Amino acid sequence: MLAPITTGHYLVLSAALLLIGAVGILMRRNVVVIMMSIELILNAVNINLVAFDKYLHKLNGQIFAIFVITVAVAEAAVGLGILIALFRNKETVLVDEIDLLKW
Amino acid sequence: MPVNFMPTPQELFRFAPEMLLTLVATIIMVLEPLSGADGKRKFAVISFLSLAAAIALSVAAAGDPGAAFSSMIVVDGFSTFFRILVMVAGVLTILISTNYLRMEEHESGEYYALVLFSIVGQCIMVSANELIMLFIGLECSSIASYVLAGFLRDDKRNNESALKYFLLGSFATAFLLYGVAWIYGTTGYTNLSEIRRVLLDPNSNQNMVVISAATALMFVGFAFKVSAAPFQMWAPDVYQGAPAPVTAFMSVGPKAAAFAMFLRVLMTAFEPVKDRWEPLLWTSALATMVIGNFAALRQTNIKRLLAYSSIAHAGYIMVALTAHSDIGTAAAMFYLASYTFMNIGAFAVVTYIARKGERHVEIQDLAGLSQRRPVVAAMLTIFLLSLTGIPLTAGFFGKFYIFKAALDANMVWLAVLGMLNSAVAAYYYLRLIVVMYMQAPSDEMEELPAPSVGIQAAMFAAAAATVFLGVFPSVVLDYAGKSASFIR
Amino acid sequence: MNFLDLIWLIPIIPLIGAAAMLLFGRKLSKSAISIICPGAVGASFALSIGAVMQLASLPEKAHQVILYPWLPLLKADMGYLLDPLSSVMILVVTGIGFLIHVYATGYMAHEHGPRHGGFYRFFGYLNLFVFFMLTLVLANNYALLFVGWEGVGLCSYLLIGFYFHKKSAGDAGKKAFIVNRIGDAGFILGMFFLFQLTGSLKFTEVNEVLRSARFGPEAGVFGLLSLTALLLFIGATGKSAQIPLYTWLPDAMEGPTPVSALIHAATMVTAGVYMCARSNALFSLTPETSHIVAAVGAATAIFAASIGLVQNDIKRVLAYSTVSQLGFMFVAVGVGAYWVAVFHLYTHAFFKALLFLGSGSVIHAMSGEQDMRKMGGLKDKIPVTFRTMFIGSLAIAGIPGLAGFFSKDEILWQAYSNPVLGSKILWAVGLCTAAMTAFYMWRLMFMTFYGEGRMDEHTKHHIHESPKSMTVPLMVLAGGSVCAGWIGMPKVFGENGFMQALEHWLAPVFESGKEVAHAAAGHAAEAAHHDTTTEWVLMGLSIGAALAGILLARHVYLRLKESERPSGGVLYPVLYNKWYVDELYDFLFVNGLSLGGGGLMAKFDREVVDGGVNGTAWMTRLISRISMWYDTWIVDGAVNLGAFSVRAMSYPVRFFQTGFIQSYALVFLAGVLAIFGYYWWVH
Repeated sequence: MLAPITTGHYLVLSAALLLIGAVGILMRRNVVVIMMSIELILNAVNINLVAFDKYLHKLNGQIFAIFVITVAVAEAAVGLGILIALFRNKETVLVDEIDLLKW
Repeated sequence: MPVNFMPTPQELFRFAPEMLLTLVATIIMVLEPLSGADGKRKFAVISFLSLAAAIALSVAAAGDPGAAFSSMIVVDGFSTFFRILVMVAGVLTILISTNYLRMEEHESGEYYALVLFSIVGQCIMVSANELIMLFIGLECSSIASYVLAGFLRDDKRNNESALKYFLLGSFATAFLLYGVAWIYGTTGYTNLSEIRRVLLDPNSNQNMVVISAATALMFVGFAFKVSAAPFQMWAPDVYQGAPAPVTAFMSVGPKAAAFAMFLRVLMTAFEPVKDRWEPLLWTSALATMVIGNFAALRQTNIKRLLAYSSIAHAGYIMVALTAHSDIGTAAAMFYLASYTFMNIGAFAVVTYIARKGERHVEIQDLAGLSQRRPVVAAMLTIFLLSLTGIPLTAGFFGKFYIFKAALDANMVWLAVLGMLNSAVAAYYYLRLIVVMYMQAPSDEMEELPAPSVGIQAAMFAAAAATVFLGVFPSVVLDYAGKSASFIR
Repeated sequence: MNFLDLIWLIPIIPLIGAAAMLLFGRKLSKSAISIICPGAVGASFALSIGAVMQLASLPEKAHQVILYPWLPLLKADMGYLLDPLSSVMILVVTGIGFLIHVYATGYMAHEHGPRHGGFYRFFGYLNLFVFFMLTLVLANNYALLFVGWEGVGLCSYLLIGFYFHKKSAGDAGKKAFIVNRIGDAGFILGMFFLFQLTGSLKFTEVNEVLRSARFGPEAGVFGLLSLTALLLFIGATGKSAQIPLYTWLPDAMEGPTPVSALIHAATMVTAGVYMCARSNALFSLTPETSHIVAAVGAATAIFAASIGLVQNDIKRVLAYSTVSQLGFMFVAVGVGAYWVAVFHLYTHAFFKALLFLGSGSVIHAMSGEQDMRKMGGLKDKIPVTFRTMFIGSLAIAGIPGLAGFFSKDEILWQAYSNPVLGSKILWAVGLCTAAMTAFYMWRLMFMTFYGEGRMDEHTKHHIHESPKSMTVPLMVLAGGSVCAGWIGMPKVFGENGFMQALEHWLAPVFESGKEVAHAAAGHAAEAAHHDTTTEWVLMGLSIGAALAGILLARHVYLRLKESERPSGGVLYPVLYNKWYVDELYDFLFVNGLSLGGGGLMAKFDREVVDGGVNGTAWMTRLISRISMWYDTWIVDGAVNLGAFSVRAMSYPVRFFQTGFIQSYALVFLAGVLAIFGYYWWVH
């Protein structure tokens, strides 16, 4: 008999996603993967919001989650646009080769 | 529960400036592919006029203050102050942009549309009374700024600046959202006033650890947006790489709006748990001032120097935030107003000096400016003196009231350290003046053409405002003092 | 015509002059500029005289003009206050300022500057300075005073760096500005506290509140009032070049000489003294801080004088002398004799402006040479300069009858007669300083004007007396250096309305301070019950000290050279070249110490100076060595530390600001973790 899934489980899942996302941002060299890691964190937020909604018996969180998803899409589109412009000039998508501006 | 979803005309009127700007920006986007070179030139005029109209609408809306859309946004003295401030910053930005874009052969309506969208986002940020609205405003402003930072897409510096801004910005926003989610989870609300009520309620049994962690995450997000230490790392690179007029805009508009949002969230929602975040602010304010000022000492690129200086100024404003009093809020408002003018003014001069391809942005490029272009040199001197904090300029009273607020709040050490920091700052601002006035121009320098009308207008307007705020500070300060209490 | 309501014009006229210069100066001819700028200051001077005459007939001896309410929050208006104290200051600023402007028209006549911009720019800045200085002394509140305070600092910075093709000039300007900013931080803080304590920044209201029963004197405790006074004094140490913030003033001599005379001798550097005198009600409530003021003043006086003993640059001697004389003024402030501080400020303005302008005339004659070791024998070649400087040197040395004597002697007497513990030490230090002052001034005179000329042939050929525009101001100032002191004679000389005119004139301003002081100490701090005999004896001693200093200088710098002449090449090589004397001092003293033998030193001493003056010479050398050591290791060390920290800061910046997005993200996360760690630690 499996134990029922509680809000706590969702929160742990969300925290795990946050952690994976943060580590991904720090460790991966490819900008596209870094952007995917950011998406992971945003999804961690969404899971949190929806889980809290269920717990509080409210709807605000789900509305918020819809907004987060929408904005994340816009953000990703802009991010990819910026990355393509950069790629056309520098022919790289690796973050450790992008250090023209420093100090 | 019967809910009336239809907004009343009164509510729409309170939101009119944002609606107008969105409409105009959308129309510009639609017309952009349909218009030739001549038409594109008109977009600057259109956006300029629409901003002027939006300022007028904000003033009109201030005559009937109150909340709108189920208290999602609120129009009060505080939001009106910042709305007008960011719009004025937008007007000045457009003035210094037109010639720049023409010179770089990148004139297009999209630029102005993006500026307008960014301003809409900032207006929403400053009037939001709701974490969802706040998030939407923040993203609206940021996404437009990401694109603006990389607007000249054939320039490597622009690309890199935009990418850094984008990646680190989304990273910070993600953390902010995570904090927001937890605040919602513990208090059950996203409305700032409701959150305050819950936190004040002695019966509600709050988990202080969770509240602290969530506040900290939100603090991180805000600190990133205002470029406060230790989340300031992006600012120098992004400011240096972005086109000069965009840097001018980013260093004032989004920053002022982020501070407004920071102030409102701290003072409205989290005032009851102030002993949680006060030490954070205190440390961050000090670190921001120190890092900004000391890192600026060794810079040779003017844009990068001004970027570090902008970090340092964020530190001074953080001092005012730490005071968490009405005087502190008023001081921060006044400081942001003066900072807007002096910084845009300084960047207007930088835009002018830089010329095509931004080849002349080293401090040495200022050599002998007093002889080559005495008026421009005098203007830049006014802005730099104001940034240093010399009396009879806006910057002096800005610092003066901030440190006064800090002393009133018994933060003697922070005030003293802040003042010592501003003494350090004198060093690098002065270095620019020295180069302008005390070094002869080298012979291989090319002829400096006269500044364009737009740059001249922006420079003179900013200088006039800087001096005006220095001589008659009470005009703005009285208003700020009256509006400060709204966000409590 | 009612001049009193027109006092706002006094600062405005030079401002108009400055604006005209900076806007249209390029188009104006030199002769037009030479009329407009001195004329503007002259007009202010005339207005000031008119206003002061009318003030004298007012019963309340104070008049305020408020232009508009400026900072209602701080109760600070754009308003001007003319009272006896500010009247003395505006007369000094406009009067001496006018003379210096006239002098500058001659001095700067050959100034083309890079691209011929020098002349108008110089006068524009100079007029701007006068505007800010007048704003400073006429302000009726601390905030407006501070505006002038910062403004004069800025002009000083611009004028020090005037010869901007010289790197040292630019550096000196920056040093002055930054050191002053440190003092300003103290001033601003003091202003905040003062506002918190009294609820106003207006002089009249602040004094009223401080005089009210709400504030008792803080004797024996160091409370908020004392802290406030101390902070204001820190501001004053920056502007008035006192320990530890004095280092900028000697470097400021990089500026043109009229600037040194106007800003760094007669007016701006006295702003700190003025401000402390203005705050007399506060300082008399805080005996602890007053002790600090007096101690710092005395220490600065003797310390700077000792450095002055070994300088070879003619302007640097005068610069250290200024620092030292400002120290005297702060001694007077510290012992509560505010009017004496103002008295010395006023006499000092005459003779120090004279000496600086005279040195400018010497430098002018010497084709720009400032090293006294390359001068000598100028006595007959530039007679007017020589005679006027002779008078100035007598005045500063404290020879009876001249201006410096009365004011310096009054300070010494006030220090001696002050009942506070340690006042005798103040007096003794003052007396030593007076002797040293006489010595270095006459060393300057002997090295410059007497003996053989040591300049090269080319320079010698060019030596000429300065034009009339330069010598006439010198003569006027020489007259002032003789007569200026007569309105502040000691009471033992007799009492009448003229001989103590200044004290009576200033009395209403310092009344408030005096009342509080009475209440504070329970005894009369004023020197009402004169012990006449003691005063005569002390006066004799200070005259003796002055004469001793002059004679010692004469002995070392005139007689020794003559005694060397017959012996030709037989004596020590150092004696052939008289300009080795200072190095010889170093040599003697350093050796003496390292060998630990007084005997060896005495042996050297016998060969160099007569035994009779041995002790004093040794003492002055000792002190000057110590102060040189302090200057080299502590002061320069602090400056170097500043430069080092600037350099050192670039390493962490380079370490963290690598340009890699991921390292930024790492710092970001580290920040988040630090915050969590903090909360974890708190719980």
